[in-house]
Amino acid sequence: MTDKLTILTGIILEEQTEYDLADICRVCNVSPDVVRDMIDEGVITPRGAVPEQWRFSALEIRRILVTRRLQRDLRINLPGCALVIELLDELEELRRLRRLL
Amino acid sequence: MEYKDYYKILDIQRNATQDEIKQAYRRLARKFHPDVNKDPDAEKRFKDIGEAYEVLKDPEKRVAYDKFGANWQAGQEFKPPPNWDAGFEFRSGGDFHGGQGGFSDFFEELFGRSRFGGAQHGQSGRSSFRMRGDNHFAKIVISLEDSYNGARKTITLSRPEVDETGHIRTIPHTLHVTIPKGITEGQHIRLEGQGMPGLGGEASGDLYLEIAFEPHPLFQVNDRDIHYTLGVAPWEAALGATVTVPTLGGNVELKIPPGSQGGKKLRLKGRGLSTATRQGDQYVTLRIIVPEARTEEQKKLYRRMAQIMPINRG
Repeated sequence: MTDKLTILTGIILEEQTEYDLADICRVCNVSPDVVRDMIDEGVITPRGAVPEQWRFSALEIRRILVTRRLQRDLRINLPGCALVIELLDELEELRRLRRLL
Repeated sequence: MEYKDYYKILDIQRNATQDEIKQAYRRLARKFHPDVNKDPDAEKRFKDIGEAYEVLKDPEKRVAYDKFGANWQAGQEFKPPPNWDAGFEFRSGGDFHGGQGGFSDFFEELFGRSRFGGAQHGQSGRSSFRMRGDNHFAKIVISLEDSYNGARKTITLSRPEVDETGHIRTIPHTLHVTIPKGITEGQHIRLEGQGMPGLGGEASGDLYLEIAFEPHPLFQVNDRDIHYTLGVAPWEAALGATVTVPTLGGNVELKIPPGSQGGKKLRLKGRGLSTATRQGDQYVTLRIIVPEARTEEQKKLYRRMAQIMPINRG
Protein backbone atom coordinates (compact mmCIF):
# COMPACT_ATOMS: atom_id res chain seq x y z
CA MET A 1 0.00 0.00 0.00
CA THR A 2 2.84 2.37 0.79
CA ASP A 3 4.94 3.60 -2.05
CA LYS A 4 8.45 3.41 -0.67
CA LEU A 5 9.57 6.54 -2.46
CA THR A 6 6.80 8.76 -1.23
CA ILE A 7 7.86 11.23 1.41
CA LEU A 8 4.90 11.96 3.62
CA THR A 9 4.39 15.40 4.99
CA GLY A 10 1.82 15.82 7.68
CA ILE A 11 0.47 18.70 9.65
CA ILE A 12 1.22 19.30 13.29
CA LEU A 13 -1.99 18.61 15.09
CA GLU A 14 -1.31 21.06 17.88
CA GLU A 15 -0.88 23.95 15.47
CA GLN A 16 -4.34 23.65 14.17
CA THR A 17 -5.65 25.59 17.07
CA GLU A 18 -9.21 24.44 17.45
CA TYR A 19 -11.44 21.46 16.86
CA ASP A 20 -15.20 21.20 17.01
CA LEU A 21 -17.09 18.22 18.40
CA ALA A 22 -17.19 16.37 15.06
CA ASP A 23 -13.43 16.87 14.53
CA ILE A 24 -12.54 15.60 17.95
CA CYS A 25 -14.77 12.55 17.63
CA ARG A 26 -13.15 11.69 14.31
CA VAL A 27 -9.58 12.18 15.55
CA CYS A 28 -10.07 10.20 18.74
CA ASN A 29 -12.46 7.64 17.31
CA VAL A 30 -15.04 8.20 20.01
CA SER A 31 -18.73 9.00 20.06
CA PRO A 32 -20.09 12.41 21.12
CA ASP A 33 -21.49 10.76 24.27
CA VAL A 34 -18.02 9.77 25.37
CA VAL A 35 -16.84 13.35 24.90
CA ARG A 36 -19.84 14.66 26.82
CA ASP A 37 -19.15 12.32 29.75
CA MET A 38 -15.54 13.47 29.86
CA ILE A 39 -16.62 17.10 29.92
CA ASP A 40 -19.06 16.39 32.76
CA GLU A 41 -16.26 14.80 34.72
CA GLY A 42 -13.87 17.67 34.01
CA VAL A 43 -11.34 15.54 32.13
CA ILE A 44 -11.57 18.03 29.28
CA THR A 45 -12.89 21.57 29.15
CA PRO A 46 -13.85 23.00 25.78
CA ARG A 47 -14.49 26.67 25.22
CA GLY A 48 -18.06 27.58 24.36
CA ALA A 49 -21.34 27.18 26.18
CA VAL A 50 -23.35 24.75 24.06
CA PRO A 51 -22.25 21.70 22.06
CA GLU A 52 -22.56 23.54 18.74
CA GLN A 53 -20.07 26.13 20.00
CA TRP A 54 -17.68 23.76 21.71
CA ARG A 55 -14.07 24.27 20.63
CA PHE A 56 -11.35 21.88 21.77
CA SER A 57 -7.60 22.31 21.79
CA ALA A 58 -5.07 19.65 20.89
CA LEU A 59 -4.30 19.24 24.58
CA GLU A 60 -7.79 17.81 24.91
CA ILE A 61 -7.07 15.22 22.23
CA ARG A 62 -4.21 13.90 24.29
CA ARG A 63 -6.35 13.78 27.41
CA ILE A 64 -9.12 11.91 25.65
CA LEU A 65 -6.68 9.33 24.27
CA VAL A 66 -4.93 8.81 27.61
CA THR A 67 -8.31 8.46 29.33
CA ARG A 68 -9.44 5.85 26.81
CA ARG A 69 -6.28 3.83 27.34
CA LEU A 70 -6.54 4.03 31.14
CA GLN A 71 -10.15 2.89 30.94
CA ARG A 72 -9.36 0.02 28.61
CA ASP A 73 -6.10 -1.21 30.13
CA LEU A 74 -6.54 -0.56 33.83
CA ARG A 75 -10.35 -0.48 34.09
CA ILE A 76 -10.24 2.90 35.80
CA ASN A 77 -13.56 4.72 35.88
CA LEU A 78 -13.95 8.27 34.65
CA PRO A 79 -13.49 10.12 37.97
CA GLY A 80 -10.42 7.96 38.55
CA CYS A 81 -9.04 8.89 35.13
CA ALA A 82 -9.60 12.57 35.84
CA LEU A 83 -7.64 12.23 39.07
CA VAL A 84 -4.85 10.21 37.43
CA ILE A 85 -4.45 12.76 34.66
CA GLU A 86 -4.29 15.66 37.11
CA LEU A 87 -1.67 13.86 39.16
CA LEU A 88 0.33 12.94 36.05
CA ASP A 89 0.30 16.60 34.95
CA GLU A 90 1.55 17.62 38.36
CA LEU A 91 4.25 14.94 38.34
CA GLU A 92 5.38 16.01 34.89
CA GLU A 93 5.60 19.61 36.05
CA LEU A 94 7.69 18.63 39.08
CA ARG A 95 10.01 16.53 36.93
CA ARG A 96 10.40 19.40 34.51
CA LEU A 97 11.32 21.78 37.33
CA ARG A 98 13.76 19.28 38.79
CA ARG A 99 15.51 18.85 35.44
CA LEU A 100 16.08 22.58 35.26
CA LEU A 101 17.69 22.80 38.70
CA MET B 1 11.34 -18.34 18.25
CA GLU B 2 12.33 -17.40 21.76
CA TYR B 3 10.81 -19.01 24.82
CA LYS B 4 8.91 -16.60 27.06
CA ASP B 5 8.71 -17.25 30.77
CA TYR B 6 5.27 -15.92 31.59
CA TYR B 7 5.62 -16.68 35.30
CA LYS B 8 8.82 -14.69 35.53
CA ILE B 9 7.26 -11.81 33.61
CA LEU B 10 4.46 -11.62 36.19
CA ASP B 11 6.95 -12.28 39.01
CA ILE B 12 5.00 -15.21 40.43
CA GLN B 13 5.64 -18.86 41.32
CA ARG B 14 4.69 -21.57 38.86
CA ASN B 15 2.13 -22.84 41.35
CA ALA B 16 0.45 -19.45 41.80
CA THR B 17 -3.33 -19.50 42.17
CA GLN B 18 -5.55 -17.81 39.57
CA ASP B 19 -6.21 -15.05 42.11
CA GLU B 20 -2.50 -14.48 42.61
CA ILE B 21 -2.03 -14.26 38.84
CA LYS B 22 -4.79 -11.68 38.59
CA GLN B 23 -3.36 -9.61 41.43
CA ALA B 24 0.15 -9.73 39.99
CA TYR B 25 -1.14 -8.69 36.60
CA ARG B 26 -3.14 -5.76 37.95
CA ARG B 27 -0.27 -4.53 40.10
CA LEU B 28 2.24 -4.67 37.23
CA ALA B 29 -0.17 -3.28 34.64
CA ARG B 30 -0.66 -0.19 36.82
CA LYS B 31 3.07 0.15 37.36
CA PHE B 32 4.16 -0.20 33.75
CA HIS B 33 1.27 1.42 31.91
CA PRO B 34 2.99 3.58 29.28
CA ASP B 35 0.77 6.57 30.06
CA VAL B 36 1.81 6.41 33.70
CA ASN B 37 5.39 5.17 33.52
CA LYS B 38 7.68 7.34 31.43
CA ASP B 39 10.52 4.81 31.33
CA PRO B 40 11.31 3.96 27.69
CA ASP B 41 11.05 0.24 28.50
CA ALA B 42 7.62 0.58 30.07
CA GLU B 43 5.71 0.00 26.85
CA LYS B 44 7.50 -3.27 26.14
CA ARG B 45 7.11 -4.44 29.73
CA PHE B 46 3.41 -3.57 29.62
CA LYS B 47 2.92 -5.64 26.47
CA ASP B 48 4.79 -8.61 27.91
CA ILE B 49 2.70 -8.42 31.06
CA GLY B 50 -0.51 -8.35 29.02
CA GLU B 51 0.60 -11.31 26.96
CA ALA B 52 1.62 -13.33 30.03
CA TYR B 53 -1.74 -12.62 31.63
CA GLU B 54 -3.64 -13.53 28.46
CA VAL B 55 -2.18 -17.02 28.72
CA LEU B 56 -2.04 -17.60 32.47
CA LYS B 57 -5.49 -16.23 33.32
CA ASP B 58 -7.06 -18.83 31.06
CA PRO B 59 -6.82 -22.24 32.80
CA GLU B 60 -6.85 -24.06 29.47
CA LYS B 61 -4.03 -22.07 27.97
CA ARG B 62 -2.13 -22.20 31.22
CA VAL B 63 -2.27 -26.00 31.37
CA ALA B 64 -1.04 -26.19 27.78
CA TYR B 65 1.74 -23.72 28.47
CA ASP B 66 2.77 -25.56 31.64
CA LYS B 67 3.13 -28.74 29.60
CA PHE B 68 6.36 -27.38 28.14
CA GLY B 69 7.85 -27.71 31.59
CA ALA B 70 9.84 -25.48 33.87
CA ASN B 71 13.25 -26.07 32.37
CA TRP B 72 13.06 -23.48 29.66
CA GLN B 73 14.93 -20.22 30.09
CA ALA B 74 13.53 -16.93 28.84
CA GLY B 75 15.06 -16.06 25.49
CA GLN B 76 16.09 -19.64 24.74
CA GLU B 77 15.41 -20.85 21.21
CA PHE B 78 12.11 -22.70 21.39
CA LYS B 79 10.26 -25.05 19.12
CA PRO B 80 7.02 -26.59 20.32
CA PRO B 81 6.83 -30.37 20.03
CA PRO B 82 4.58 -31.57 17.21
CA ASN B 83 0.93 -31.87 18.15
CA TRP B 84 1.63 -30.34 21.54
CA ASP B 85 -1.89 -29.01 21.63
CA ALA B 86 -3.55 -32.34 20.89
CA GLY B 87 -5.77 -33.81 23.52
CA PHE B 88 -7.02 -30.57 25.02
CA GLU B 89 -10.48 -29.20 24.74
CA PHE B 90 -10.66 -25.56 23.98
CA ARG B 91 -13.25 -22.96 23.64
CA SER B 92 -12.98 -21.40 20.27
CA GLY B 93 -12.09 -17.77 20.19
CA GLY B 94 -10.27 -15.89 22.82
CA ASP B 95 -10.73 -12.39 23.98
CA PHE B 96 -8.05 -10.05 22.95
CA HIS B 97 -7.37 -6.75 24.53
CA GLY B 98 -3.68 -6.38 24.26
CA GLY B 99 -4.03 -3.04 22.60
CA GLN B 100 -2.30 -2.22 19.38
CA GLY B 101 0.80 -3.99 18.25
CA GLY B 102 -0.14 -7.58 18.98
CA PHE B 103 1.71 -10.24 20.89
CA SER B 104 5.06 -11.95 20.46
CA ASP B 105 5.89 -14.64 17.89
CA PHE B 106 6.02 -17.08 20.78
CA PHE B 107 2.43 -16.29 21.71
CA GLU B 108 1.17 -16.25 18.14
CA GLU B 109 2.77 -19.60 17.36
CA LEU B 110 1.30 -21.30 20.41
CA PHE B 111 -1.99 -19.58 20.95
CA GLY B 112 -2.57 -17.43 17.91
CA ARG B 113 -2.72 -19.79 14.97
CA SER B 114 -3.52 -22.94 16.85
CA ARG B 115 -6.85 -24.46 17.68
CA PHE B 116 -7.14 -22.14 20.62
CA GLY B 117 -9.10 -19.98 18.30
CA GLY B 118 -6.58 -17.26 18.57
CA ALA B 119 -6.63 -13.62 19.07
CA GLN B 120 -9.48 -12.12 17.22
CA HIS B 121 -9.80 -8.55 16.34
CA GLY B 122 -10.86 -6.48 19.30
CA GLN B 123 -13.73 -4.54 17.85
CA SER B 124 -16.57 -6.96 17.61
CA GLY B 125 -20.15 -6.25 16.82
CA ARG B 126 -19.45 -4.24 13.71
CA SER B 127 -21.98 -5.26 11.19
CA SER B 128 -21.66 -2.47 8.67
CA PHE B 129 -19.51 -3.22 5.68
CA ARG B 130 -19.02 0.40 4.91
CA MET B 131 -16.85 2.16 7.40
CA ARG B 132 -14.02 4.59 7.50
CA GLY B 133 -10.68 3.02 8.45
CA ASP B 134 -9.49 3.33 12.03
CA ASN B 135 -7.07 6.05 12.99
CA HIS B 136 -3.74 4.76 14.16
CA PHE B 137 -1.38 6.21 16.74
CA ALA B 138 2.30 5.65 17.17
CA LYS B 139 5.08 7.29 19.11
CA ILE B 140 8.35 8.13 17.41
CA VAL B 141 11.58 9.21 19.06
CA ILE B 142 13.67 11.88 17.38
CA SER B 143 16.76 13.84 18.36
CA LEU B 144 16.73 17.53 19.31
CA GLU B 145 18.80 18.15 16.18
CA ASP B 146 16.00 16.64 14.05
CA SER B 147 13.59 19.18 15.46
CA TYR B 148 16.03 22.09 15.34
CA ASN B 149 16.88 21.58 11.68
CA GLY B 150 13.83 19.77 10.44
CA ALA B 151 14.49 16.27 9.09
CA ARG B 152 13.38 13.37 7.02
CA LYS B 153 13.01 10.12 8.89
CA THR B 154 12.37 6.60 7.76
CA ILE B 155 10.34 4.85 10.39
CA THR B 156 9.04 1.34 10.63
CA LEU B 157 5.96 0.73 12.72
CA SER B 158 4.37 -2.60 13.41
CA ARG B 159 0.81 -2.62 12.27
CA PRO B 160 -1.67 -5.26 13.36
CA GLU B 161 -3.48 -6.91 10.52
CA VAL B 162 -6.16 -9.54 10.50
CA ASP B 163 -5.28 -12.36 8.12
CA GLU B 164 -7.70 -14.47 6.11
CA THR B 165 -8.18 -16.94 8.96
CA GLY B 166 -9.11 -14.19 11.39
CA HIS B 167 -5.83 -14.14 13.29
CA ILE B 168 -3.91 -11.06 14.15
CA ARG B 169 -0.36 -10.70 13.03
CA THR B 170 1.83 -7.66 12.84
CA ILE B 171 3.35 -6.52 9.62
CA PRO B 172 6.02 -3.85 9.29
CA HIS B 173 4.79 -0.56 7.93
CA THR B 174 7.61 1.60 6.62
CA LEU B 175 7.12 5.31 6.09
CA HIS B 176 9.27 8.22 5.02
CA VAL B 177 8.17 11.20 7.02
CA THR B 178 9.09 14.86 7.05
CA ILE B 179 9.76 16.09 10.57
CA PRO B 180 8.70 19.75 10.63
CA LYS B 181 11.28 22.15 11.96
CA GLY B 182 10.61 23.21 15.52
CA ILE B 183 8.26 20.40 16.49
CA THR B 184 8.14 19.91 20.26
CA GLU B 185 7.73 16.93 22.52
CA GLY B 186 4.18 15.66 22.81
CA GLN B 187 3.02 17.20 19.55
CA HIS B 188 1.40 14.96 16.95
CA ILE B 189 1.98 14.82 13.23
CA ARG B 190 -1.15 13.85 11.35
CA LEU B 191 -0.61 11.82 8.19
CA GLU B 192 -3.85 11.74 6.33
CA GLY B 193 -4.94 8.40 4.90
CA GLN B 194 -2.11 6.42 6.51
CA GLY B 195 -4.25 4.68 9.11
CA MET B 196 -6.20 1.49 8.53
CA PRO B 197 -7.88 1.08 5.15
CA GLY B 198 -11.60 1.76 5.07
CA LEU B 199 -14.18 -0.84 4.13
CA GLY B 200 -16.66 -0.64 1.27
CA GLY B 201 -14.97 2.24 -0.48
CA GLU B 202 -14.77 4.47 2.58
CA ALA B 203 -11.65 6.53 3.22
CA SER B 204 -8.66 5.22 5.12
CA GLY B 205 -8.10 6.46 8.64
CA ASP B 206 -5.25 8.78 9.59
CA LEU B 207 -1.97 8.02 11.28
CA TYR B 208 -0.95 10.20 14.23
CA LEU B 209 2.69 10.25 15.20
CA GLU B 210 3.42 11.50 18.70
CA ILE B 211 6.83 13.09 19.06
CA ALA B 212 9.23 12.20 21.86
CA PHE B 213 12.83 13.38 22.20
CA GLU B 214 15.73 11.10 22.91
CA PRO B 215 17.84 12.37 25.82
CA HIS B 216 20.60 14.72 24.71
CA PRO B 217 24.09 14.54 26.25
CA LEU B 218 24.40 18.34 26.56
CA PHE B 219 21.00 19.94 26.49
CA GLN B 220 17.77 19.91 28.44
CA VAL B 221 14.60 20.98 26.72
CA ASN B 222 11.63 22.85 28.10
CA ASP B 223 8.93 23.27 25.49
CA ARG B 224 10.73 25.32 22.82
CA ASP B 225 13.65 26.41 24.96
CA ILE B 226 16.99 24.66 25.25
CA HIS B 227 18.88 24.76 28.53
CA TYR B 228 22.60 24.40 28.90
CA THR B 229 24.86 24.72 31.92
CA LEU B 230 28.21 26.35 31.31
CA GLY B 231 31.13 26.01 33.69
CA VAL B 232 33.11 29.26 34.06
CA ALA B 233 36.16 30.26 36.06
CA PRO B 234 35.71 32.81 38.87
CA TRP B 235 37.83 35.38 37.03
CA GLU B 236 35.71 34.95 33.87
CA ALA B 237 32.59 35.59 35.90
CA ALA B 238 34.15 38.53 37.74
CA LEU B 239 35.92 40.26 34.88
CA GLY B 240 33.73 39.24 31.98
CA ALA B 241 34.84 36.99 29.11
CA THR B 242 33.89 35.64 25.73
CA VAL B 243 33.51 31.85 25.68
CA THR B 244 32.47 29.24 23.13
CA VAL B 245 29.11 27.62 23.81
CA PRO B 246 27.56 24.70 21.92
CA THR B 247 24.07 25.14 20.48
CA LEU B 248 21.98 22.83 18.33
CA GLY B 249 23.03 24.97 15.38
CA GLY B 250 26.76 24.77 16.14
CA ASN B 251 29.15 26.65 18.40
CA VAL B 252 28.60 30.33 19.13
CA GLU B 253 30.58 32.92 21.06
CA LEU B 254 28.88 34.07 24.23
CA LYS B 255 29.79 37.22 26.08
CA ILE B 256 29.74 36.85 29.84
CA PRO B 257 29.20 40.25 31.43
CA PRO B 258 31.59 41.34 34.20
CA GLY B 259 30.30 40.72 37.72
CA SER B 260 28.25 37.60 36.87
CA GLN B 261 27.33 35.20 39.66
CA GLY B 262 26.77 31.45 39.54
CA GLY B 263 23.22 30.63 38.48
CA LYS B 264 22.97 33.66 36.20
CA LYS B 265 21.01 32.88 33.04
CA LEU B 266 22.01 34.25 29.66
CA ARG B 267 19.75 34.00 26.64
CA LEU B 268 20.75 33.09 23.10
CA LYS B 269 17.84 34.35 21.11
CA GLY B 270 16.36 32.04 18.49
CA ARG B 271 18.69 29.16 19.35
CA GLY B 272 15.87 26.93 20.57
CA LEU B 273 13.26 24.96 18.66
CA SER B 274 11.78 27.60 16.39
CA THR B 275 9.15 27.46 13.69
CA ALA B 276 8.29 30.11 11.15
CA THR B 277 5.98 31.77 13.66
CA ARG B 278 7.21 30.72 17.07
CA GLN B 279 10.63 31.27 18.54
CA GLY B 280 12.56 29.10 20.95
CA ASP B 281 15.68 30.33 22.75
CA GLN B 282 18.66 28.74 24.39
CA TYR B 283 19.33 29.58 28.02
CA VAL B 284 22.84 29.27 29.35
CA THR B 285 23.13 28.93 33.12
CA LEU B 286 26.51 29.81 34.59
CA ARG B 287 28.11 27.46 37.06
CA ILE B 288 31.22 28.79 38.77
CA ILE B 289 34.00 26.24 38.93
CA VAL B 290 36.24 26.74 41.93
CA PRO B 291 39.82 25.87 40.97
CA GLU B 292 41.49 23.54 43.47
CA ALA B 293 44.29 24.90 45.60
CA ARG B 294 46.97 22.22 45.35
CA THR B 295 50.38 23.86 45.27
CA GLU B 296 51.71 26.22 47.87
CA GLU B 297 51.63 29.03 45.32
CA GLN B 298 47.94 28.42 44.61
CA LYS B 299 47.11 28.33 48.29
CA LYS B 300 48.96 31.58 48.79
CA LEU B 301 46.90 33.18 46.08
CA TYR B 302 43.64 32.11 47.77
CA ARG B 303 44.89 33.45 51.13
CA ARG B 304 45.74 36.72 49.46
CA MET B 305 42.26 36.80 47.92
CA ALA B 306 40.78 36.16 51.33
CA GLN B 307 42.47 39.31 52.60
CA ILE B 308 41.51 41.65 49.80
CA MET B 309 38.27 40.28 48.31
CA PRO B 310 35.25 41.04 50.52
CA ILE B 311 32.43 38.53 50.08
CA ASN B 312 28.79 39.02 50.69
CA ARG B 313 27.26 35.80 51.98
CA GLY B 314 23.80 37.13 51.22
